[in-house]
Amino acid sequence: MQPFTTLTSCTVVLPAANIDTDQIIPARFLTTTTRAGLGAHLFADWRYDERGMPRPEFVLNRPESAGCRILVAGRNFGCGSSREHAPWALLDHGFRAVVSTEIADIFRTNALKNGLLPVIVDEASSTWLLANPGVEVTVDLAAGTLTLPTGAKASFPIEAFARHCLLNGVDELGYLLSRGRAIEAYERRT
Amino acid sequence: MAAETAATPAVLYVDLHLVHEVTSPQAFALLRERGLRVRRPELTLATMDHSTPTRTAQVFGGAPIAIESAARQIRELEVNCAQFGVELLGLTSEQRGIVHIIGPELGLTQPGKTIVCGDSHTSTHGAVGALAFGIGTTEVGHVLATQCLLQRKPRTLAIEVEGGLRPGVTAKDLILAIIGRLGVGGGTGHVIEYRGSTVRALDMDERMTVCNMSIEAGARAGMIAPDETTYAFLAGRPRAPRGAAWERAVSEWQALPSDPGARFDREVRFDAGAIEPMITWGTNPGMVVPVTGAIPSQGSDAVFARALSYMGFEAGQPIRDRPVNVVFIGSCTNARLSDLRSAARVLRGRHIARGLTMLVVPGSQQVKRQAEAEGLDRIFIEAGAEWRESGCSMCLGMNGDTVARGEYAVSTSNRNFEGRQGAGARTLLASPLTAAASAVRGRVTDPRELL
Repeated sequence: MQPFTTLTSCTVVLPAANIDTDQIIPARFLTTTTRAGLGAHLFADWRYDERGMPRPEFVLNRPESAGCRILVAGRNFGCGSSREHAPWALLDHGFRAVVSTEIADIFRTNALKNGLLPVIVDEASSTWLLANPGVEVTVDLAAGTLTLPTGAKASFPIEAFARHCLLNGVDELGYLLSRGRAIEAYERRT
Repeated sequence: MAAETAATPAVLYVDLHLVHEVTSPQAFALLRERGLRVRRPELTLATMDHSTPTRTAQVFGGAPIAIESAARQIRELEVNCAQFGVELLGLTSEQRGIVHIIGPELGLTQPGKTIVCGDSHTSTHGAVGALAFGIGTTEVGHVLATQCLLQRKPRTLAIEVEGGLRPGVTAKDLILAIIGRLGVGGGTGHVIEYRGSTVRALDMDERMTVCNMSIEAGARAGMIAPDETTYAFLAGRPRAPRGAAWERAVSEWQALPSDPGARFDREVRFDAGAIEPMITWGTNPGMVVPVTGAIPSQGSDAVFARALSYMGFEAGQPIRDRPVNVVFIGSCTNARLSDLRSAARVLRGRHIARGLTMLVVPGSQQVKRQAEAEGLDRIFIEAGAEWRESGCSMCLGMNGDTVARGEYAVSTSNRNFEGRQGAGARTLLASPLTAAASAVRGRVTDPRELL
């Protein structure tokens, strides 16, 4: 996994609340057996029309969104299914962080495992970000802060071990495998 | 296995890992990359349900599976299970079915077990008093390789329901009413315990319907304390303990329920007698009204307007009598034998409306056989419905069973998100009774008018 330390980028804003994983990547794209190339289907039904042509009004299709690596979304982003294809598609498209006041549990866990940072901010910061699309912000994982162009800082919570893994670019599997002896002892006891 | 500390999450040992074709290929690939084996194949069970065809000729007759990528995914699971020594209930197995239906059916789902699966509706298994939740593919890999997961302790939410459900009101209506009150994010960060006299009176199929949709309120897991209903359900099932082991298991299970006076982080109370048959009008399961009610006249934000426009509805309009094109009876929420019986109760001696398509997809091959033994298949076929092989089918349309753009489906499944049942499809979630009644009339119908 690529380490995550700090990230300065413009934002892309999707203001809707409760954006579910069926919107992030519709089920018909889940028959894949790899994780590559899913960015092409990110928000497929919002991004493309019935004939597969880009909808020019959708934010991801607008020129100013190109290269932006931070997605700002309404409350309860990523609700619905456990498909890890959702963070894979966001990462493949180029996003490295998702900012919302609330991020669904399974999506948040999946995002952390892949180096996509879930940034849960207070209502006021979120409202400001939703109202000011495209601004440049800085996410500092070690400090646990998101800095707005106004200079205001929002702090965000992040589970200590997940933060350690992200900062160092290591995955959790190594840690679990290192506990092999303890797992064996547990298996003998039960 | 190990408790959490400030720096590290708890290491949770998994007692049962259920695997399916959609969320496992990349996890098996990870094992191959790292040269790892499956640590406890005997605690792992695989089946195929999401991408599988429901037409008999494609399941048993050797006809090609229409979607090539789906066929490839199915083959890949067969190869992975063979290589890693994992038991697979494959396409033609008599024990195959939707993963959350076969676990309890086989008696593998047991009180007190930790159960995970790469599927958010794993919460279903909490109905027997297991801690069961959905995980992503990376975690599927962790469990395959180590039988463990890293977890922080969740918060607790008690949902207490008292009183009797009125005639024509089902477990599906109860959980839809709960989600309507909590909202789709109301349970985030929590595990739900459903309690109270109403919950105690539910049978196991009904308890599974309730726990299944916990995730639609944002809660990864929902559970119900095991009791005599649970033990009677599990006794004698093929993979449940037997003899002395059964006696020992039951005495352990009896110690599992929350202590009297246990404190929860949150408690919410419901009066069962006030609940009516419920149906969703919008694009998430929290957008729900009584079937006798109206689409809300105003919402708080742009999401409300967008949902109305996607569904082609007007604010304040009664939901009753909205035209319906498709009815789907199926999914891990409502495709057990009792669900099929309840749909058949409405359809017996009746015919579905002209021009309407109705699909009845049993939750497992065993449910299918039992339904056929009771003659339920004849009732559905004579009513004009299609009777299929088991699978997830039209709940998410991965296998090609989809609802056409712009059409309205009354569905017994769990999600009414935009495009869930097919690009542009419009879903109204309801109970098997309401779905069957709506099929007969071709319009959204209060099932009590046909009972």
